Amino acid sequence: MRYVDEFRDPELITKASEEIYRLADPDRHYRIMEVCGGHTHAIYRFGLKDVLPSNIELIHGPGCPVCVLPMGRIDDGLAVAKNSNVVFAAFGDMMRVPGTHGSPFEHKARGTDVRIVYSPADALQIARKNPEKHVMFFAIGFETTAPSTALTLMRAKAEGIKNFSVFCNHVTIIPAIRAILDSPDMRLDAFIGPGHVSTVIGCRPYEWIARNEGKPVVTSGFEPLDLLQSLVMLLRQLRAGEARVENQYKRVVPWEGNRAALKAMAEVFQLRPYFEWRGLGFISQSALKIRDEYAEWDAEQRFPIPGTRVTDPKAAQCGEVLKGVLKPAQCKLFGNECTPEHPIGALMVSSEGSCAAYYNYEHRKAAAMVTSISSVA
Amino acid sequence: MCLAIPGKIVELDRNAAHLGTVEVAGVRRKVDLGLLQEDMPVAGDWVLIHVGFAMTKISEQDALEQMNLLQMLGEAEQAMQEVRGYGIDESGGEHGQEHSRPN
Repeated sequence: MRYVDEFRDPELITKASEEIYRLADPDRHYRIMEVCGGHTHAIYRFGLKDVLPSNIELIHGPGCPVCVLPMGRIDDGLAVAKNSNVVFAAFGDMMRVPGTHGSPFEHKARGTDVRIVYSPADALQIARKNPEKHVMFFAIGFETTAPSTALTLMRAKAEGIKNFSVFCNHVTIIPAIRAILDSPDMRLDAFIGPGHVSTVIGCRPYEWIARNEGKPVVTSGFEPLDLLQSLVMLLRQLRAGEARVENQYKRVVPWEGNRAALKAMAEVFQLRPYFEWRGLGFISQSALKIRDEYAEWDAEQRFPIPGTRVTDPKAAQCGEVLKGVLKPAQCKLFGNECTPEHPIGALMVSSEGSCAAYYNYEHRKAAAMVTSISSVA
Repeated sequence: MCLAIPGKIVELDRNAAHLGTVEVAGVRRKVDLGLLQEDMPVAGDWVLIHVGFAMTKISEQDALEQMNLLQMLGEAEQAMQEVRGYGIDESGGEHGQEHSRPN
């Protein structure tokens, strides 16, 4: 097994970095969005900015499921959990996400039956073992996670397990990219396409971005060298005036995606007419709802849902950060009221949120920036 | 939740066609293989696991590199916690054993 230091391949990193310097036109400013929160985390963790020319700006995209979930949905899910005998099961990432009256963990401390699961299949297993309870799985995630929820619902139906439901918040990445491209304050040159989402949807769904919008897309792996190679591929296209979809992450991402996963999603889910994204607002056909054939396992059909809508605290500028208009440290709350220990905005909760990543890896630099901004203001 | 964890298939479940045991850094847990049903893995294959479901087959080298990547990202411990937390086989497999596989 190779070790981390060896793996870092400093020579290859240097070569890729030099190639990026060679390809980047010094008279041009590049704005390249990495769509996926996992990439955002990796970019900060590896300090990739330090090996890039200053005219390449990486914009952090919407691909952090915890970050884009509106607070009202958490409130609604926790409202269902108030029904007697209901177990609120969710991934650990959700547990510290603030709702209006506290996070799921805080609700647990007040007596709600909140449980961490690592898989939707585990939530179903809790239902099997506790027939006197109703287990509601609070599902979040993009196409990476949605197929697992779909298969779990198929198993629940096949086994006739009645004390299980899903509160579905699954979202799809393509409409979010479209919304960002349609946003008048966004000027992007190219996209680093998501890695693991693409194992499910493949590379074809990105083709319109290249064809209609004239912007190159490269689906990328998560290692430093992957990300740098993806930038080389994007810059080569930009330099040649081309716009194509390329797959840097071939070792994991099949061009056509995962057919079985897409089939399971199609069996269980249909598109919602519209869905609210935190920071981006309502986006049409951007989220999944459970089909009527599975209504019995749809928490939104089984329980009364308050339909809560919560606007973010005015001072928090999550939306601007999410769209890449502001850098995390430019938000007034960053590092002061809003920290990973006490998150106010969702971007600070998940390690894949750009604010948390920025705070964890660059907070000293960021703190200095905040000081200088506030001294000017 | 967004972690993709590399694991080696050590055994396919005899009673439940969609389940298999994977080994991740010495920890063995059952995961769901249903998303690979068009290209089912066999014992010895490596897969990337996401929220308890094998998502894609990968090479052994890619599996080792993915584990290194998790270490580099400071997420290896979280990944192991996730794997240890998988609870499908807590009671010796899904009870009932009526595993009609979805088509």
